[in-house]
Amino acid sequence: MCVFQSTINYFPEEVLEHVFDFLSSHRDRNAVSLVCKSWCRVERFSREKVFVGNCYAVSPERLLSTFPRVRSLTLKGKPHFADFNLVPPDWGGYLHPWIDAMVKARANLEELRLKRMVLSDDTLDLLAHSFPSFKSLVLVSCEGFTTDGLAAIAANCRSLRELDLQENEVEDRRGQWLSCFPDSCTSLVSLNFACLKGEVNLAALERLVARCPNLRSLRLNHAVPLDALQRILAQAPHLVDLGTGSFVHDPDSETYHKLKNAIQNCTSIRSLSGFLEVASRCLPSIYPLCSSLTSLNLSYAPGIYSNELVNLIRHCKKLERLWILDTIGDKGLGVVASTCKELQELRVFPFDPHGVGYTAVTEEGLVAVSAGCPKLNSILYFCQQMTNAALITVAKNCPNFIRFRLCTLNPTVPDAVTQLPLDEGFGAIVQSCKGLKRLSVSGLLTDQVFLYIGMYAEQLEMLSIAFAGESDKGMLYVLNGCKKLKKLEIRDSPFGDVALLADMGKYETMRSLWMSSCEVTLEACKKLAMKIPRLNVEIINENEQMEASTDDKQKVEKMYLYRTLVGPRKDAPAFVWTL
Amino acid sequence: MASGSLDGSGGGGGGVSGDGSTTGSMSTVSKEDNLVLLSSEVSSSSYPDESELELGLGLSLGCGGGAAALKSSKPGSWGVHGGRILTVQDFPPCVVSNASSSSSSSSPTKPNNASCGTKRSADSFSPPRSGVSSQVVGWPPVRTYRMNSLVNQTKLPTSEDCNSTIVKSKSKSIVLDKIDGNMSRNKNAKPKVFPKNTLFVKVNMDGVPIGRKVDLNAHNSYEDLAQTLDDMFCRTSTTVSARISYTEENGGMREATESLRLLNGSPEFVLTYEDRDGDWMLVGDVPWEMFISSVKRLRIMRRSEANGLGFQEQNERQRSKPIWT
Repeated sequence: MCVFQSTINYFPEEVLEHVFDFLSSHRDRNAVSLVCKSWCRVERFSREKVFVGNCYAVSPERLLSTFPRVRSLTLKGKPHFADFNLVPPDWGGYLHPWIDAMVKARANLEELRLKRMVLSDDTLDLLAHSFPSFKSLVLVSCEGFTTDGLAAIAANCRSLRELDLQENEVEDRRGQWLSCFPDSCTSLVSLNFACLKGEVNLAALERLVARCPNLRSLRLNHAVPLDALQRILAQAPHLVDLGTGSFVHDPDSETYHKLKNAIQNCTSIRSLSGFLEVASRCLPSIYPLCSSLTSLNLSYAPGIYSNELVNLIRHCKKLERLWILDTIGDKGLGVVASTCKELQELRVFPFDPHGVGYTAVTEEGLVAVSAGCPKLNSILYFCQQMTNAALITVAKNCPNFIRFRLCTLNPTVPDAVTQLPLDEGFGAIVQSCKGLKRLSVSGLLTDQVFLYIGMYAEQLEMLSIAFAGESDKGMLYVLNGCKKLKKLEIRDSPFGDVALLADMGKYETMRSLWMSSCEVTLEACKKLAMKIPRLNVEIINENEQMEASTDDKQKVEKMYLYRTLVGPRKDAPAFVWTL
Repeated sequence: MASGSLDGSGGGGGGVSGDGSTTGSMSTVSKEDNLVLLSSEVSSSSYPDESELELGLGLSLGCGGGAAALKSSKPGSWGVHGGRILTVQDFPPCVVSNASSSSSSSSPTKPNNASCGTKRSADSFSPPRSGVSSQVVGWPPVRTYRMNSLVNQTKLPTSEDCNSTIVKSKSKSIVLDKIDGNMSRNKNAKPKVFPKNTLFVKVNMDGVPIGRKVDLNAHNSYEDLAQTLDDMFCRTSTTVSARISYTEENGGMREATESLRLLNGSPEFVLTYEDRDGDWMLVGDVPWEMFISSVKRLRIMRRSEANGLGFQEQNERQRSKPIWT
């Protein structure tokens, strides 16, 4: 009950609404709506941005009736491990029902941000034709559409400001989707098509850039050559974020010379990425940009060798975010440590994930960066090896980690020096980093690391486990200890029924749980599904034998469970069995 | 002694010539290379080794051909099971790169197999070498899109038959594709051939266990290329240990070795390449464009090796150091 009922009742709703306007985070708004009924009502009707972390947790219709004024929708579909091929195609995550529902409800959709969803060209077409104020489309790791769908968006969304495609699988139809932006389209602020594989109409692109004076973010694909880049930059010196396409040219040519001049005029660029193809000799042209860069993503630029990487980074004293390949090496990371004192986020990706024919980074690089970059709070680090000592040092150097994701290329590699499990190292991390929200562990790990995690990781919301632990105790430590846990994903670890069933109510406080190649049996899954009706317990069964078999004792290969308000989904494919 | 004919020539995976010679060379290899070839322990029979096809096709004249052209004697597959060829070293100084990249195709789709595959391999993971990671579906956890992007930056052979196989072979999901039959659905199955300008080929240098990759299309002449290789290998020829101390001054990372002067009659080394036919040739004889169109990989060879002796694989292996503690 609301304590302030008497006071609040005299508070005009418009004022409340105005106050709530200042709350940008959906969590804050969620909290506000729990205070009392009138606050809830005001909040509901004034909420414009809705975040749905699992598209199957709620139905589109219900969402629209709860938040009738929604203008911006964020949706996430497939489970995270789908990124790594652990979820078969056609599992789900379809956008269409959402667009359908919004059309029927005459929602005034302006922004759509999707992650790991499946959408077809038809869906994009419907979207493009149904929402006259549509401004922003951001697609991350989505699939199912082609450049024809993009053409529909380009042609029909008159107020389009943002089209941001990140790491999607888009079939290229060799159409001229870029040419479909009408001449009247002058509102673009952000255009990112770096993930597209095919050619683009360069002339159309250049004209588009020329007529969009508000363009601040432009990320090109590999098909845009350096000479086109030069012309584009000449037209758009106000860019703040640039992703180059192909960066190959003769450094003695006039084109290159013009490029250098154009770049010098681009004094606003703070974020740089791309170099999908690159000739190292052309890199000096971007040195003038480096001193003001706050974000640099060279993780798709294997063509830049480590000494050039280092030369580049030496100029980047203001970097806050750096994404690179592990070809940089430990020494290169040492240069990062000594140069990038403002660094907050570092991601080091493996150049050759399955190869071992080169020197990847080791614990030394990580230690160096932790020592040199006091503001470091987010790391994703793929490395050849790790040690407890290094992790303990890192924990001491950087108590501010919010995200700590470590991936040893060999998932069960022990401490490289002592050959012991890496329990103590990760233990130090969780103990020191009191604000840690996301953690991925790897390397040789026993139940002990989970004891530490359960004990210390009080703010942890997402935990990824692979090839770790020894018994149910490990998982139990986590479930009992991490009060704020929202997403737990586990693969190839010996956690079974006892752990799964120990606290069934816990899963209603979480968004989802993924367990694959663990020791969980069908029987336990069925028990859980029966006990907690507001969970969907999905068994993903690729060899289609499971339903036929009556053996409840058999181990479940892949289980994905999530809380939901709407019961089993109707679009599940044959290989998904909702218990 | 390493036989010269053991490469997985022939597309079908059954192309290894002679089991007899296989076992012979297998013992030779494993003894000398148990550190570098750690992936072999895990790449046991249950893992079809798709990139065997790649290597074989790379070396032979398209699918199914030219075993005779194999000059670089493989230590050979150490174990052939039912026509599936296991990892092959084809780079004398650096065996593991191919070995593990070759085992990128991971366990078959069947959940049972996948689970026992990965669980079993968990035991075998104790060797610190990361080659084993390639046996596992979804590890390392790199987004598929990113994996595909990196893959596509590798040169594809010109033979049409081999194209899609080669591209697919690097995708670790390829086994899934084939067994599922869902080729059209699984996004990883689409051969991502884009007519593009990166041309990464592997480069190995005798005496250096770790190879590199270089984008030939980022160079426009032999001099250019030689300069890059110089930069790469002068620095890195002894830099394999993870325990090197670095300082800010050393950021330039120059080790104290002199330039290789690869094209200018370096006394010790000579730059060679393997062409489409599988022959090892001296770099520099043909026009650059012709070179680009036929080169498959590079090797910085000791002059002593280059005098028509063929590649003595054992000698190379003895020189390669164990690099993981």
